[in-house]
Amino acid sequence: MKQKNTREKKKWNNYLVAGLVMTGITLAIAVIGAFWTPYDATAMSASLKFAPPSFAHWFGTDNFGRDILSRVMEGVETTVVISVLVVAASALVGVLVGALTGYFGGLIDEITMRFTDAVNGFPSILLALVILSVLGGGVEKLILALSIAFCPSYIRIVRSEFIKYRDADFIARARLMGVGWARILFVHILPNIFSTFLVSIVIGFNNAILAESGMSFLGIGVQPPAASLGKMLSDAQGYLSSAPWYALAPGLAIVWIVLGFSLLGEGIRRWNN
Amino acid sequence: MKYICKKIITLIMTLFLVSAAAFLAFQVIPGDVVTSILGTEATPEMEELLREELGLNDPPVERYMNWVSGVLKGDLGVSYRYSKSMNERMPVAELIGDKLPVTLWLAFYSLILIIVISIPLGVLWARSKNHYLDAALNVISQTAMAVPAFFLGILVTYLFGIILKCFTPGGYVSYREDFAGFMHYLLFPAISIAIPKIAMTARFLRNSMLTEMRSDYVRTAYSKGCTNRRVMYAHVLRNALMPVVTFLGMIIAETIAGSIVVEQVFGLPGVGRLLISSISTRDFPVVEILVLYITSVVIIVYALIDILYRMIDPRISSK
Repeated sequence: MKQKNTREKKKWNNYLVAGLVMTGITLAIAVIGAFWTPYDATAMSASLKFAPPSFAHWFGTDNFGRDILSRVMEGVETTVVISVLVVAASALVGVLVGALTGYFGGLIDEITMRFTDAVNGFPSILLALVILSVLGGGVEKLILALSIAFCPSYIRIVRSEFIKYRDADFIARARLMGVGWARILFVHILPNIFSTFLVSIVIGFNNAILAESGMSFLGIGVQPPAASLGKMLSDAQGYLSSAPWYALAPGLAIVWIVLGFSLLGEGIRRWNN
Repeated sequence: MKYICKKIITLIMTLFLVSAAAFLAFQVIPGDVVTSILGTEATPEMEELLREELGLNDPPVERYMNWVSGVLKGDLGVSYRYSKSMNERMPVAELIGDKLPVTLWLAFYSLILIIVISIPLGVLWARSKNHYLDAALNVISQTAMAVPAFFLGILVTYLFGIILKCFTPGGYVSYREDFAGFMHYLLFPAISIAIPKIAMTARFLRNSMLTEMRSDYVRTAYSKGCTNRRVMYAHVLRNALMPVVTFLGMIIAETIAGSIVVEQVFGLPGVGRLLISSISTRDFPVVEILVLYITSVVIIVYALIDILYRMIDPRISSK
C-alpha cells in the first residue's frame, strides 16, 4: 500500500518524455544498424565519390563513395555497444567496491578513497588515453580503458549512498534478526539506492559516448575500416570545404545520442524528486 | 595557515604518487622498447649499446629514482623517437618547450571566455521572469552541453573559417612571430572549447542562485528595505558564486583535456598533439613527462581553488 503512494507522487515530465523518445530512437537505429543498412557500409564506389545528399543517399557519400547514412548507422551501433559494455563494467565494479567500502569502512575504505580522489580530479579522457597507451589499441582495450577510467566515480557515488544507509534503523533491525552481510548489502540497501544510481548510470552513457567518439576522433579508439562516428568526423574534417555534408551526419548523430541521454538523466532526477 | 601547510604536504605526496604511477605504468608494457626503436634487424650488440645508453639495464626502482631526481633538477630525459642530430637524442624538455605556451594560452583564453560570458548569462537566466526566455535558455544549454568539442571545432571552422572567412583554417601563426595574429587564430579553438562549458557554468550558477533566493536571509534583506538590485548582487550573487568557484576548478581540468582534442582540429602545435603522436609512436619518456605535467597542473589548480575558497568564504576560515 505504501509502495503505491510513493509511486503516485512520481510525475512524468517533459525531460523524461523527450529523453525516452530520443534514446529509444537511438537504440532502434543501433539495433537496425546491426542487421540492416540501406547500403553496404564498406562498399566503395569511385563514381559516387562525394555525392551530395539526395534521395538515394540521404546524407551523401564520403571520399570513397560509401553511403554516409549506412556508415552512421553502423557507427551508432558501435558506439552504443561500446558504451553499454563500459557502463555495465564500471557500474558493476562501482557497486561491488562501493558497497563493501561504504558499509564496512576501515583501512581499505580509506585507501580506496585516497585512490579515487586522486583519479577523480583527472579528466577521464586523459586517463583513458594513458591506459590505452599502456595496453595498446583495439576495441576491447578501448572498452577496458574507459571502464577503468569511469570506475572511480561510480565507487564514490555508491559508497556515499551506502554510508547513508548503513546506520539506518531498518538495517540495524535486519542485523538483529541475523541477516547476513551480503544479504543486507544487496537485498536491503541496494534497492534503496537504485533510483539515485540510475541517474548516474544514464549520465555515464553520456561520458562514455563522448569519450569513445573523442578517442576515435584522435585515431586511438575504433580502427578502420569499422565505422565509428568519431573517426568519420576526423576524416570529414579534411574535406570540409568541398564536402561539408560529410561532417554533418556523424556530428549530429553524436549530439542526438548525448542529448537524449542527458535529457533522460534529468528526467529521471525530476521523477525521483 | 596550518591548513595551507597541511594542504601543501598532501599536494607534494599526491604528486609523488602520480609520478610513481606515471613512471611505473610504462614499465609493465609488453614488448621490448629497444626492438621497437631499432627494428628487428638490429644486431644484439647494437641492442645492448642502446639499452645501456637509455639506462634500461638498471632495476626499475633505481631508474625511477634517477628519473625523479632528474625531473626535479630540470632534466626531463630524452625522447625515444626524435633526434636532435645524427647521434644525439632530442631532450624532452626541448620537445615540450615551445609547445607548452600554445596549450596554456588556449586553456587560459577559454577560461576567460567561460568566466566573462557564463556569469552574466547565469545571472540573467536566474532573474528571467519570462517563461519563454527560461525555456529557450534551457533548450539551448542542454544542446550546447551535448556537442563534443571536436564537432564544435569543425562547425566553428566551417562557419567562421570557410563561410565567413574570419580566419584561415590550418593557418596557424606562431606566437613568436606575430602575437596578435596568434591570439586571433586562437580565438576560434577557444570558442570551441568554451561553448559547452559556458552552458554548464551558466546553468550551475542559475541553479545555485535560485537555491539562494529561497533562503531566509533574502527575505530578511527585502524586509529591511534593500532594493531588488542590492539583494541580487550584494547578497544572492555573492553566496551563489561560492559553489561556482569549485565548479570552475573542475572546468579548468576539463579545459586542459579539451584542448588535447581541439588542438588536433585546428592544427595547433601544442602539447596535446605531442601527447597523441607520442602515444601512437610509443615514445614513453615524452608521454610520462606530459602525463606528469598535466596531472600536476590539475592537482595544483584544485589545491589553489580549495585555498581560495577558504579565503573568500569567511564562514570557513573563521572556524
